[in-house]
Amino acid sequence: MGEPMIRLEDVVKRFSNSRTLAVDHLSLEIQEGETAVLVGPSGCGKTTTMKMINRLEEPTSGKIFVDGSDVMSQDPVQLRRGIGYVIQTIGLMPHRTIAQNIATVPQLLGWEDSRIKDRVAELVEMFELRDELLTRYPGELSGGQRQRVGVARALAADPPVMLMDEPFGAVDPIVRARLQDQFLDIQDRLKKTIVFVTHDIDEAIKMADRIAILNVGGTLEQYDTPKEILRKPANGFVEEFIGSERGLKRLALIKVNEIRVEEGPVVSPEDTVQRALTVMEEFGTSWASVVDGGELLGWVDAGTMHGMTTAGEATPQRFSAYVTAENSLREALDSLITSETQVAAVVWEGQRYRGILNLDQISREILG
Amino acid sequence: MSVVSEALAWLSDPVNWSGTAGIPNRVFEHVRISTVTVLAAAMIAVPVGLLIGHTGKGRFVVVTLSNVGRAIPSFAILGLALPVAIKLNLGLGFWPTFIALFALAIPPILTNTYVGVAGVDPDLVEAARGMGMADREILRRLEVRLAAPVIMVGLRTASVEVVATATLAALVAGGGLGRFIIDGFAVRDDARILGGAILVAALAICTELFMGGVEKLARPRTSTA
Repeated sequence: MGEPMIRLEDVVKRFSNSRTLAVDHLSLEIQEGETAVLVGPSGCGKTTTMKMINRLEEPTSGKIFVDGSDVMSQDPVQLRRGIGYVIQTIGLMPHRTIAQNIATVPQLLGWEDSRIKDRVAELVEMFELRDELLTRYPGELSGGQRQRVGVARALAADPPVMLMDEPFGAVDPIVRARLQDQFLDIQDRLKKTIVFVTHDIDEAIKMADRIAILNVGGTLEQYDTPKEILRKPANGFVEEFIGSERGLKRLALIKVNEIRVEEGPVVSPEDTVQRALTVMEEFGTSWASVVDGGELLGWVDAGTMHGMTTAGEATPQRFSAYVTAENSLREALDSLITSETQVAAVVWEGQRYRGILNLDQISREILG
Repeated sequence: MSVVSEALAWLSDPVNWSGTAGIPNRVFEHVRISTVTVLAAAMIAVPVGLLIGHTGKGRFVVVTLSNVGRAIPSFAILGLALPVAIKLNLGLGFWPTFIALFALAIPPILTNTYVGVAGVDPDLVEAARGMGMADREILRRLEVRLAAPVIMVGLRTASVEVVATATLAALVAGGGLGRFIIDGFAVRDDARILGGAILVAALAICTELFMGGVEKLARPRTSTA
């Protein structure tokens, strides 16, 4: 790994009206293209830490580097124009249209009108906002639309670094999940370096490449990938903070295509009944998947094949549970426990057969 | 004949509508001293209010000034300003009146400007600062725009108070509609006193309506409807 995009070196923050530290000797490195989520209870200094990166707050001691240069040696206004910034309440200017709001930073940077217009159109498409919203005012938008505009505005000048303080906090859970998914999609393409602040561990697990868990008084308890934190919490505080259902939360992070899927009993429609029964016997099942040229047709039961010559004569039945490569193990588990057979067919893109998944395999992942 | 109908007769007498001592000229004098004073007060109070509202420093100035301003009657300021004006060789009429009205106009403009700017949603200011707006830009693009209606209310209050109080100018040999009232007292002409009072009241109402209109124009647009 090269030089991190953001580096905090032994940073301390003490507010003048407080006896305790807000941030306590914090060192942190954030690699380019990664999303680091700062999470912790209120009073843990997560927002203060974030605000020191664009100098909305200044460290009492220690150093902060963005893209290799010390932020304290830069003009704060210029520094901030190069860093995207989103806060929970978004703070769209109520007297300016959505287009004008999105254009804020490009305008400050003195871009030409035509370039601003093109960029706004690009962002509108990226965030799936409708064109007619551009001439409206923030007060006329729904909460979810406002939050998307807020993030679009922060991305307007295409800054390499984004600071986001609970950017999806002010909307209901359903809208929030949608905004999170959309942002993950966008981030997948843009690969920004993001510092994301939240108090919600589940949001942290979902959004983060790395999570920094902070404790009251601004001490760092653990800084690692979500999977590692869930697998091996550093201490009692972390364990308590990540809460119950640790195993399930971890399953949510593992995709089906990341684990080895067993092929299971497979027959083709041309196979003889005799061959089909042999396959089932090998796997110790009374059924087999019917796969024709890689395409999954369903499954057949040994009992229905009496008097037939090939497996294809029996009508294949649909699996009661299907999972795809992109599903998480948690989703797979949910499908499994609500299906009759407790076996799920794993399919890749459409109906391309990959194998089967059962509870044993998933529980092995939880323990691993 | 009642005083009211005498006053109406006085108001409709063509003799009173011409010359230096006629109603149009007195209205002009009244409007002139009021406009000059309010504009001068605004030129001082608006920038100071913006600065205090933006930085949050010097709030006590606003509180003190507005309390003191409310406590001291304009009549007293006029009395204090008169000897000062004479001593400084500024003459009677304009300057003592100007000082008294200026002192009257400052508190509402200053208070409202401060309150308007301080009342802008702090998250909005934080977001603007976080995006890289300099203080000057935050003030100009955000705070002044959003505080404009509140500032206009201050200007309206000041204008109406000044128009009503400019009547006092006549006490120190100034012009304006106060002349009719003061001179009316001097010659015990009730019709002229009441006529003058009606004119002052009418001008104050007109000011109120006019400034109300300006205030509407100053309201920032926040919806397409």
